[in-house]
Amino acid sequence: MDIAWLLLLLPLVATVAILLRFHRDPLNAIIASVGSASLCFIITLLVVFDWVPQPATWNWISFPASGSIPGLTIEVGMIFDPLAKGMLLIVTGVGLLIHIYSIGYMKADPSCGRFFGGLSIFMFSMTGIVISTNLIEMFFFWEGVGLSSYLLIGFWYTRDSAAIAANKAFVCNRLADFGFMLGILLFWKMMGTVSVLPEKLAQCYHQNALPAMHSILGNQAGLHTLFAHEGGHSPVFLTLMVLGLFAGCMGKSAMFPFHVWLPDAMEGPTPVSALIHAATMVAAGVYMLCRVYPLLALSNLGLEFIAFIGCLTAVGAALIAVQQNDIKRILAYSTLSQLGYMVMAVGCGGPAAAMFHLTTHAFYKALLFLAAGSVIHALHEEQDIWKMGGLFKKIPLTAWTFGIGLLALIGCPLLSGFYSKDLILAFAFHTHPLFYWVGSFTAFLTAFYMTRLYVIAFFGPARTPAAEHPHESPSVMTVPLVILATFSVIAGWSIWGYGIKDYYHTWAVNGQDIPLPELPGFYGFVPLVLVVSGVLAAYYLYCDRSTDPLDIRILAQKFYIDDFYDRSLVGGQQHAVNLLSWLDNWVLDGFIIRGAAYVTVGIGEILRLFQTGNLQTYAFLFSLGGAVVIYFALFAH
Amino acid sequence: MPSPLLVLLLVPLAAIIAIIAGAPAKRTAGIAALLNLVLSLGLLYNYPAAQGGYCYIMDCPWVTLSGVPPIRFHLGVDGISLPLVFLTAIVTFAAIAISPNNIRRSAEYYCYLLLMSLGAMGAFVSLDIFFFFIFHEFALIPTFLLIGIWGTQNRQFASFQVTIYLMAGSLILLAGLIALIMALPAPNRTFDITALQSYIGRHPNVISHQAQDVIFPIVLVGFGILVGLFPFHSWAPPGYASAPPAAAMLHAGVLKKFALYGLIRIGIPMLHDGFTDWLPVILTLLAGNFLYAGFITIAQKELPTMIGFSSIMHMGYLFLGIACWNTIGISGAVLLMVAHGLSAALLFGLSGEITHRAGENRFTELGGLAQRAPLLAVFFSFASMASMGVPGLANFAGELMIFFASFAAVLPFLGPLFTAFAVYGTVITAIFQLRAIKTIFYGPMPARYEPRPAAVLANTRETVPASAGMTDTATLPEYTPYVLLILASLAIGFMPFLLLHIIQPSVSLLPFIPPLR
Repeated sequence: MDIAWLLLLLPLVATVAILLRFHRDPLNAIIASVGSASLCFIITLLVVFDWVPQPATWNWISFPASGSIPGLTIEVGMIFDPLAKGMLLIVTGVGLLIHIYSIGYMKADPSCGRFFGGLSIFMFSMTGIVISTNLIEMFFFWEGVGLSSYLLIGFWYTRDSAAIAANKAFVCNRLADFGFMLGILLFWKMMGTVSVLPEKLAQCYHQNALPAMHSILGNQAGLHTLFAHEGGHSPVFLTLMVLGLFAGCMGKSAMFPFHVWLPDAMEGPTPVSALIHAATMVAAGVYMLCRVYPLLALSNLGLEFIAFIGCLTAVGAALIAVQQNDIKRILAYSTLSQLGYMVMAVGCGGPAAAMFHLTTHAFYKALLFLAAGSVIHALHEEQDIWKMGGLFKKIPLTAWTFGIGLLALIGCPLLSGFYSKDLILAFAFHTHPLFYWVGSFTAFLTAFYMTRLYVIAFFGPARTPAAEHPHESPSVMTVPLVILATFSVIAGWSIWGYGIKDYYHTWAVNGQDIPLPELPGFYGFVPLVLVVSGVLAAYYLYCDRSTDPLDIRILAQKFYIDDFYDRSLVGGQQHAVNLLSWLDNWVLDGFIIRGAAYVTVGIGEILRLFQTGNLQTYAFLFSLGGAVVIYFALFAH
Repeated sequence: MPSPLLVLLLVPLAAIIAIIAGAPAKRTAGIAALLNLVLSLGLLYNYPAAQGGYCYIMDCPWVTLSGVPPIRFHLGVDGISLPLVFLTAIVTFAAIAISPNNIRRSAEYYCYLLLMSLGAMGAFVSLDIFFFFIFHEFALIPTFLLIGIWGTQNRQFASFQVTIYLMAGSLILLAGLIALIMALPAPNRTFDITALQSYIGRHPNVISHQAQDVIFPIVLVGFGILVGLFPFHSWAPPGYASAPPAAAMLHAGVLKKFALYGLIRIGIPMLHDGFTDWLPVILTLLAGNFLYAGFITIAQKELPTMIGFSSIMHMGYLFLGIACWNTIGISGAVLLMVAHGLSAALLFGLSGEITHRAGENRFTELGGLAQRAPLLAVFFSFASMASMGVPGLANFAGELMIFFASFAAVLPFLGPLFTAFAVYGTVITAIFQLRAIKTIFYGPMPARYEPRPAAVLANTRETVPASAGMTDTATLPEYTPYVLLILASLAIGFMPFLLLHIIQPSVSLLPFIPPLR
């Protein structure tokens, strides 16, 4: 038994213990859950410093190749490369802080035990995704995080809205996983493996990389190059595989058009929003893309699609955020927008930039959500920013930490978000100017809506009685805030240190690193100018306001995408299934099957007429039959 | 030489005799089922997994007439039937354990349950086509009686519909099996499955291609009706909805697998050319199971009919796995048979539990029950997750293997298209299963499920009796069967290799399996 397996075993044991014994015993549930999270963090530190041996693998399913079928070997193991180590640190580190914060936040809830059980099963699944050595192992845990997300969104299950949001999240993810599974199958069929170990992927890359992969956007060649087939697999299938794998990411990381579940997921308790729907789980999609990046690089068209969807999500979500009034929903749309950045970075050939942004985002977005939770806690479950106001003086620690998170998010120089966003824009600039400009505009929007939130909620007069007498949260909640704030400031400096270089080697498939791009002078200043103007515009527009001076219906209604889905997809499906059900009941079962039965009964009824019980009739029919038989036997031929 | 398999058959028989003689019905039946469960676990553990093939064999002549192939009482199991034996044992135990103590005509009721189980068990351990068929027929009779006597809703109609439909299926199947044996040259005719298998393995073309093309569809329709292959499925949902939960558990969970087992054991190996030619039809029909039955499931407004349709829909996976006819696909199908047996038994049992305790099974009338029945909610969630193919529960492992097998197999049309249908099936299942959880257990709870003391109405002086409200499966005997089924599903889900190392070698011994590369 290797010590590394404890990473998975501890949270699982905590879950089972809570499920069986502690679901009505908050104290022990907290000890089990937070204890397992702390131990996992310690083990992660050991792993990061290479003090834990690589654990042995074991065969989960193993079939040798037969006939035309490739072999299917699913070896469960653990991967400890820099990419996994970095992600593991985020998951267990931020996870632990949020566990601790939850002790304070969930204290009053009678179902607190169940909450910590959900957190533990989430930690189990999320850790599993990070250390997976193959896509099926990853899919196993991938569905696991989906399940824990479902359970935690629906935590307050007596509320209809929570139950509906939980279902929506699960079904959206399932729909995306439909594509993911097909992508995995295509990968297996072409490469004969499901492994994502870097050496395996490098091998796949070299066997299939075309000498000159052309770009559609780059105008160097037309669509016909897609069908070129030189040595490796057909680019069409490679592209389909990339799109399939990306579909998984689109569900988990809530890319357009699957994004609708994430804002609704805010129905869950705030620590869940911070941990699952901001810092870690939604980033799993990006992590997965980075993990399989050598495969994505096989299809330029696929990469461009990824970049395009990322870009679209980034700007679309930021636009919607401008007109939202629920503090958690604003942050949720902001998360969508930042995830869009990360996905765009992957599509622009910069997985390292995506992981860098993922890391910094995990810190400051977890911070923002926890601080928002602290605000909500202080105002007794009030989430509408227009019912807040003047909180800066009353809950200063929350306000300060929220401010730091905000500055990091909008990309204030020297804070973490600045560096990671800059790197993404640099990658975007070198891929296509469109991505760069849209990305910069999104930076403007981000500055605008975050400043709007801050000005309305923390400055000006208190707009409701509850906002006049808020109370600062206990230290079990504020200490995690301070720690996260610290990391939100310093995490970006690793670009000067070792951290990001380390990430780089993961993708050095050709033996040489992808060079770090830089923005040429003028273009480097544009985002900064836009951010400053966003802050100023929002400040002057919203300072001392009590209603929203902007009224952009289409943004407030989220581009009507949710309505469209409800009407056309959900409604249409309901009509279709009712029609089918009617057909089955009345045509197939009613007409054909029971029809056959009634015909049989009918024939019986007709034949019954001959069963008169009258001996003469029988004798007559018998002789008639005999006569017919004799006639045919003697005279018919 | 007597074999432990004989004990599997004698234990329920002894219990039936004991019950008739006046032993307490439920306890006797429960003990017999538990004995069988322990025994089947022992058989699993003891099975020489590495080489595969038949084991625990017992073979003695039964009827020998001139002109008719000899009928032998031939028992034996291999890696394909042994997991199904285990499934039969565990579902029987659960079905008996969830049955109420005070059911009317209880001696009869438990005897019929035991007979059903005995029939299913007999079909899975028989290596003679005669007994294979007869044991299944034997199990159908108590099924009809259980529906007709202890059923709900319009039980008379359901019972008759199921009877006539399944009898017709059996009859067609019988015709097919007789045709199959008569197609062999006279000296080689036999009912013995092992002899047939080795004979066909040595002479693959002994039944002419044209004959196979005629016989195979007869066998397919026969088996298809019994298992609910689209469009022969319409007996199942109303039948299961009316059946007492224990009968639905045993039939949907176990007995129905007889037809799929028969296809693996007899239908496809003996008539392989016919199978290959009819493959496009099989694929089209199973797509009907996924999409047609799947969409209809979404439209259902009552819990038992929804589960009935979903169990029809999930037959699509099993058919697809078998239709691939390669090691991965068949192993996956066998694994999924066990997994689906567990999850279907859970769902039917829980559906009965909910209907019984809430006095209601329409989605529009239920809601918020998790507040009063948290354990029931946990169990139902587990069962739903299993049915949806959430990893960690057994169904996922089986479905996954079927995805892989069908994606790589050389199938007519666009092979991967059917994989796509199958994967999409998991989306459909998620839609209706999650909605069921939501409408039954989440949201606000109707006031009638709150417990209330007896009261006298002030104005009319009428007494309102006390009500316990919605109750939970709170005591040990109430929840043990569900916990047992969930544990089995979890064990297989996390460690599918436990069963696969038994299934896999035997599957690779089947005729016409693509050879190792």
